[in-house]
Amino acid sequence: MASVTLQNLTKTYAGGQLRAVNDVSLEIEDGEFLVLVGPSGCGKSTALRMIAGLEEITDGAVWIGDEFVNDTHPKDRDIAMVFQSYALYPHMSVYDNIAFPLQIAKMPKEEVDKRVQEAARVLELEAYLKRRPGQLSGGQRQRVAMGRAIVRKPSVFLMDEPLSNLDAKLRVQMRAEIASIQHRLGVTTVYVTHDQVEAMTMGHRVALLKDGVLQQVDTPSNIYNKPRNTFVAAFIGSPTMNMYWAELENESDTLFLRLGDNRLKLPATLVQQFSSLSQYAGRKLIVGIRPEDLAEASSIANADPSDCIAAEVDLVEALGSDVIVHIGIDAKPAEVRSSDSLDEIKSKAGKARCIARFNAKSQVRLGDTVNVWFDTTRMHFFDGETGLSILN
Amino acid sequence: MATVKTYDPELLRAERRKRENIRRLKGLGLHALLITTLGVMLYPVIWMVLSALRPETEIFGDMGFIPTNWTLENFVRGWQLYGNLTFTQFYVNSFIICALAIIGNLLACSMAAYAFARLEFRGKWWLFAIMLGTMMLPIHVQLIPQYIFFLNIGWVNTILPLVVPKFLAHDAFFIFLMVQFMRSLPHELEQAAIVDGASYWQRYWRIILPLSMPALATTAVFTFINTYNDFFSQLIYLTDTDRMTVPVALRLFLDPSGGSSSFGGLFAMVLVSIGPVLGFFLASQRLLTKGIATQGFK
Repeated sequence: MASVTLQNLTKTYAGGQLRAVNDVSLEIEDGEFLVLVGPSGCGKSTALRMIAGLEEITDGAVWIGDEFVNDTHPKDRDIAMVFQSYALYPHMSVYDNIAFPLQIAKMPKEEVDKRVQEAARVLELEAYLKRRPGQLSGGQRQRVAMGRAIVRKPSVFLMDEPLSNLDAKLRVQMRAEIASIQHRLGVTTVYVTHDQVEAMTMGHRVALLKDGVLQQVDTPSNIYNKPRNTFVAAFIGSPTMNMYWAELENESDTLFLRLGDNRLKLPATLVQQFSSLSQYAGRKLIVGIRPEDLAEASSIANADPSDCIAAEVDLVEALGSDVIVHIGIDAKPAEVRSSDSLDEIKSKAGKARCIARFNAKSQVRLGDTVNVWFDTTRMHFFDGETGLSILN
Repeated sequence: MATVKTYDPELLRAERRKRENIRRLKGLGLHALLITTLGVMLYPVIWMVLSALRPETEIFGDMGFIPTNWTLENFVRGWQLYGNLTFTQFYVNSFIICALAIIGNLLACSMAAYAFARLEFRGKWWLFAIMLGTMMLPIHVQLIPQYIFFLNIGWVNTILPLVVPKFLAHDAFFIFLMVQFMRSLPHELEQAAIVDGASYWQRYWRIILPLSMPALATTAVFTFINTYNDFFSQLIYLTDTDRMTVPVALRLFLDPSGGSSSFGGLFAMVLVSIGPVLGFFLASQRLLTKGIATQGFK
């Protein structure tokens, strides 16, 4: 096992005009499962390929353990990689696919056989060893690709969106399997995905990239609950966080949040906890609230009217476990530059769309006017100019 | 209120019959045209087959299309050309040259193609363009300098001028064919092999080459057909009678000086000589189609 250190890692194309990875520094601990996540084209795969040695490093450094590997050939980095397409050799049997790296390393036949059988047992592939990849299902192919990686007993696993070719149900199953194998083997793993659910459920830590720049590296819980900026806040979470331009108003030492024509009272505890918030009194800022932090006022005991906004229901999506309700509120949506979110989504009559996750028992119907309760203690505040969180 | 829609089934049937008759008539006309064209094209072949099966004296003597006397004598006399020299020797010579040409082309062209398709080196695109340019040079332009060169190194009247160039990736067309095929193979396969520790040679030999089987099969088939039918090069490089190949040997039946020519033997041996090409083509037809089709769609 080994740690992986990225220091000011940079990759440019077109003579430096296009920066795919921009000054990324990251320390991945020995045995850690780190998920690199971000929208398409953010540079996560490029960063992974630089760790693998498949992409030349323009600037910066990569260490695997204590070894500086910038100019080390991929085969000498003691890594194993699982590709998005699995990259199984179609003309070889499952056995030969798994055995390939060992045969290349000129390992004795008995040892190769022992390791292949062991990997096949762990991955439940024993019955398929004689088959060709074309005769396997997507999930089985994925397991063969895993087998080829684990059979080498490398110091680092590198996985480039290994589940993206699977159907939704199989993805959930394989997600758990990969996490379990990594936990069992304790091999340092860098896992690239654009799927935030994979990022949140699999990794010890999540590193979020945007336009090649590292936005935040933290535990899944902190990434979700304490986003460092508007991009992280908008990218993580489904449905995405509701974000609006707002103004803080100070009225006899009580802070109010003005959202268009609406006004919400901020709890004193929040203001005390985050003193920086009061500095924004009289200024514009971006406020964010997750759909699950909104509720039907009628379902909350003693809901304070100053925490509620009445709004018309535009759309109801009953998911069974809960109900996703789209409402229109009078506010200006904050433009979040993320390729995965639509900017300036307007609701009916020019109102801003707000998405709430209501209890499954909710009876709201399309066209109803519903009194929505905002859990103001769970709100996120971001600087209007920099987009950085005010609360962190 | 809903309108009632009516139709006349008899009228409908009559219309259908009319359409069917026109279609049949068109089909008949087209088939008649095709059969006539086929007859025109096949007539010389059929005439040759029938001539091979009639006595030598009747070939130009008997004007009837169907022979009055059937015989296999032309095949026996044709095969045993004269003295100890039989067509067995010519076929052995042809097959040796074909086999070596196929092996040479498969190895050398695939290696050159791998370099052009997958490796990065200085001047790659210039070299590729020059290689493509050589495809446009007519063989007659190359022939004289090549002949002088091979004469000077003492290779004339050996099979070396016909075989050695094949081991030096001499056929630009096959390199181009394989480059196009190899470019279509997923890069991730090779990258996976790089991470697995495979060298250039191992990647080429164990990954790229087995996956290029359709392109290799196409190359093998075309190399066989081209080499087997290559009358011109074999004529100028092989001078001894016992080193001659089938197409060159067929010329021995004719006496260009106006002496006696054996047309019966010639027709019989021409007929036999079609066999290997036809057999090779039919045996590899499936792979050949796959190889050519893959170029466009992969």
